[in-house]
Amino acid sequence: MRLFATLVIGILTMGQLAHPVVAQSQPLRIEITDGVIEPMPFAVPDFVAETPGSNQVAKDISRVIAADLNGTGLFREIPAKAHISSITNFGSPVQFADWKAVNAQALITGGVSVSGNQLEVKFRVYDVFAGTELGNGLRFKGTTDGWRRMGHKVADVVYERITGEGGYFDSRVVYVAETGPKSNRKKRLAVMDYDGANLQYLTDSSSIVLAPRFSPTGDRVLYTSYETGFPQVYVLDVGSVRRKVLSNESGTMSFAPRFSPDGKSVVMSVTEGGNTDLYKMDIGSGKRQRLTSTPSIETAPSYSPDGSKIVFESDRSGSQQIYVMSSGGGEATRISFGKGRYGTPVWSPRGDLIAFTKQHKGRFHIGVMRTDGSEERLLTASFLDEGPTWSPNGRVIMFTRETRGAGGAASLYSVDVSGRNLKPVKINGGGSDPSWSPLQ
Amino acid sequence: MKLWTKAVLTVAALSLAACTDPGGFGNDDDFGAGTDSGQGSNADPSSIAYFQEAVGDRVLFVVDQSTLSEQGRLVVLAQANWLMQNTDYVAVIEGHADEQGTREYNLALGARRSSAVKELLVSQGVASNRIRTLSYGKERPIEICSEESCYAQNRRAVTVLTANLSG
Repeated sequence: MRLFATLVIGILTMGQLAHPVVAQSQPLRIEITDGVIEPMPFAVPDFVAETPGSNQVAKDISRVIAADLNGTGLFREIPAKAHISSITNFGSPVQFADWKAVNAQALITGGVSVSGNQLEVKFRVYDVFAGTELGNGLRFKGTTDGWRRMGHKVADVVYERITGEGGYFDSRVVYVAETGPKSNRKKRLAVMDYDGANLQYLTDSSSIVLAPRFSPTGDRVLYTSYETGFPQVYVLDVGSVRRKVLSNESGTMSFAPRFSPDGKSVVMSVTEGGNTDLYKMDIGSGKRQRLTSTPSIETAPSYSPDGSKIVFESDRSGSQQIYVMSSGGGEATRISFGKGRYGTPVWSPRGDLIAFTKQHKGRFHIGVMRTDGSEERLLTASFLDEGPTWSPNGRVIMFTRETRGAGGAASLYSVDVSGRNLKPVKINGGGSDPSWSPLQ
Repeated sequence: MKLWTKAVLTVAALSLAACTDPGGFGNDDDFGAGTDSGQGSNADPSSIAYFQEAVGDRVLFVVDQSTLSEQGRLVVLAQANWLMQNTDYVAVIEGHADEQGTREYNLALGARRSSAVKELLVSQGVASNRIRTLSYGKERPIEICSEESCYAQNRRAVTVLTANLSG
């Protein structure tokens, strides 16, 4: 069920508003490669309601934008109560002095109009201290039920213009929603916006489901289910919620699936006679190709973004470690050499890093390393952190954190790849095994 | 230090028609917790209750291992003996791991454990098509504290019997 079918993007061309592009010596910019950064103060006064009855949605969209930017840890909103002027007309010139006075370095203004179920949002981004517009104004059109996506789209543009990197707000997360006690936990697949809104369940809780993974286009999900009584890999169409089993050979189990970057095939673990190896399966034909053939455990495979390589974990050395091989199989190179055990490697969408779970001295960590294993950095530490997934821009990692003891429960957390901004993701009840979609 | 050697079982296609019925191999909630409803009296040596209580339906493993202990071996030999005498039953061996591990690895580890039990049963003459294996990884702990006392009970392989109705 697609909430937001069509999104039309137009560049605002109202001549009287077009600001000349001014060459700036020091443009408004957050360099997010820096070690420690001071969040950039910004203001998002409520967007102007340009049609009767659009006040609430105009206000709500502004709040989504503010929450997205605040949530990155890179921006800090100057709250409305501190503003000394307001925007009542999207077309009027901006009084930069009023925004300078409250120390808003960036200003986002917008106008919202509603006609029937059609929603139009236009906005501009300003560099307050330079007194100039940052990029051109944009206009998004869609349906009213997609108002949150409109807000995320605006925030993605603002983020991109100020950081120079792609955004990640207009994205979704599929995960395993958990309820019930630890000894009889009920699990079901759920999908939500990256910020926890628009939750939708994709399966009921009659069978254990594990580790859903989005397709490269976000329209399908791979996951493992015990619905036959034995763990097998399924593919589910997110729109229709129809599912089909991919691998259901009697006497085997299959799990840990992941799509190839072209979305046409799946790499996964198949266990036969107690031995777990990696296989590639063509989704269309069901044809299976064996990629590893060792008596050790080979699991948790993940493709490089160009599809040429697969990173996976194996205990062939005697303990769980991370290896890289060609996507056709063959020789594998071990890349993890630190102390402890390494598992669940995931290649970043930028291709430069591999996120992983590390266990050492009874603690679990989410970490990143370069694809050759160098420059390992641990981002978290807890009783049990595992299963990282990358935001579409490769900037943020979401993962599962489970608390210890009889009352222990799983929840979702996110952390910036720098290790900053660790925080829980707002979900209803428990959750595990997140998988982040591409930008929609 | 590879303690586990590769299983060389060729798993014949199960002849059991009942295996297309998931209920025939225990449903999702039946994870070897030892419920005794409808499983007969343990006074009857051919009952499931007797198997669970007198023979022993489970073996435990040390951390990250799937090799049977001497005690575990004796339990599985007794299981084999019972299964040879009570041929109306089929078995699913469920492998489990404690929570101290990543999800996928624990699934694979539980599969090694259930397979280790199956190998020994088959080596004692139990027909391999009477035994299926699967792993729950860390998904179904029976003890829920986060201490070794609980972990030791959770690192297990449980032999779950079902009357072979299709036989």
